[in-house]
Amino acid sequence: MSDTPPRAPRWAIWLPLVLFLGFFVLVMIGLYRPADRNVASALVGKGMPRFDLPPALPGRPGLDSKILANGKPHLVNVFASWCVPCRVEAPQLGELAKAGVPIEGISVRDTTENLQGFLEENGDPFQRIGADDDGKVQLALGSSGVPETYVVDGKGKIVYQHIGEIRPEHLGLLLGKLREAQQ
Amino acid sequence: MKRLLLSLVALGLALTAPAMAQEEQSTAPYAYRQLDDPAKETKAQDLMESLRCLQCQGQSIADSDAPIAGSMRSLVRERIAAGEDPEAIRAWLIERYGDYVSYAPQLTGLTWPLFAVPVFLMLIAFLLLRRRFTGKTGDAK
Repeated sequence: MSDTPPRAPRWAIWLPLVLFLGFFVLVMIGLYRPADRNVASALVGKGMPRFDLPPALPGRPGLDSKILANGKPHLVNVFASWCVPCRVEAPQLGELAKAGVPIEGISVRDTTENLQGFLEENGDPFQRIGADDDGKVQLALGSSGVPETYVVDGKGKIVYQHIGEIRPEHLGLLLGKLREAQQ
Repeated sequence: MKRLLLSLVALGLALTAPAMAQEEQSTAPYAYRQLDDPAKETKAQDLMESLRCLQCQGQSIADSDAPIAGSMRSLVRERIAAGEDPEAIRAWLIERYGDYVSYAPQLTGLTWPLFAVPVFLMLIAFLLLRRRFTGKTGDAK
């Protein structure tokens, strides 16, 4: 061997490469399996905040949060006519309404004409629709987008939050949560 | 550079969330209107810069054009105008969205390493450097 012995062990020469590969793998995992970017409401398991929204449509009732504590579980659907996934979930909401689930709507940052057009086109499963023109109630609910659907038990407690559109495969889950909420 | 970054962010958003291509007007009164009192507006601006937009999650609500960011700006401005403390507004939002909504991390049982690790690393660096600068004699064979 040479007269100056190596200071570091021989395997140490591979260390930078190993570190680089580890970093590379980490980046690839992040690229192909991005983290869940949904921001869930921190109010799940807590009481529905109090609000009293004016009617979104003339001749129809608005939405007062008191109705959510009337002993029956409700679905509260946060939606808007300008939201494309809201169109996708409309048939599923229609089915839930047909099954006898009371669905209350919160119409976010919308106009009466657009909302009317949206309901004519996609069906109207709502018992009441409150107009949340400035988005304050949406923020009070901890909702970070549309559509979102809250399962509220008969005492006005939020038991479940569904983020994004309700697809046919979610119906069973929601009906299950409603049944649980009834007990 | 900033423009390039912005366009990259926009491209990323366009690729990951096509559902966000939604058009509508924000109807919140103070989404795009400043408060008349400049002192209060400054206070509101400081808070808005440290709150995360929930839709364009890399941006603060002061920077974001997302409709929900408009609603959040209006909420912040109206509450500041009504005399509420900025930290109380932040707490109100954290209560609803979790710590994620705030860019100012609180010191909690989960976040303490965030504050401790830099101090710890500085300490190690200091010790190592001290040995290198003063400990020549101890190193020589």
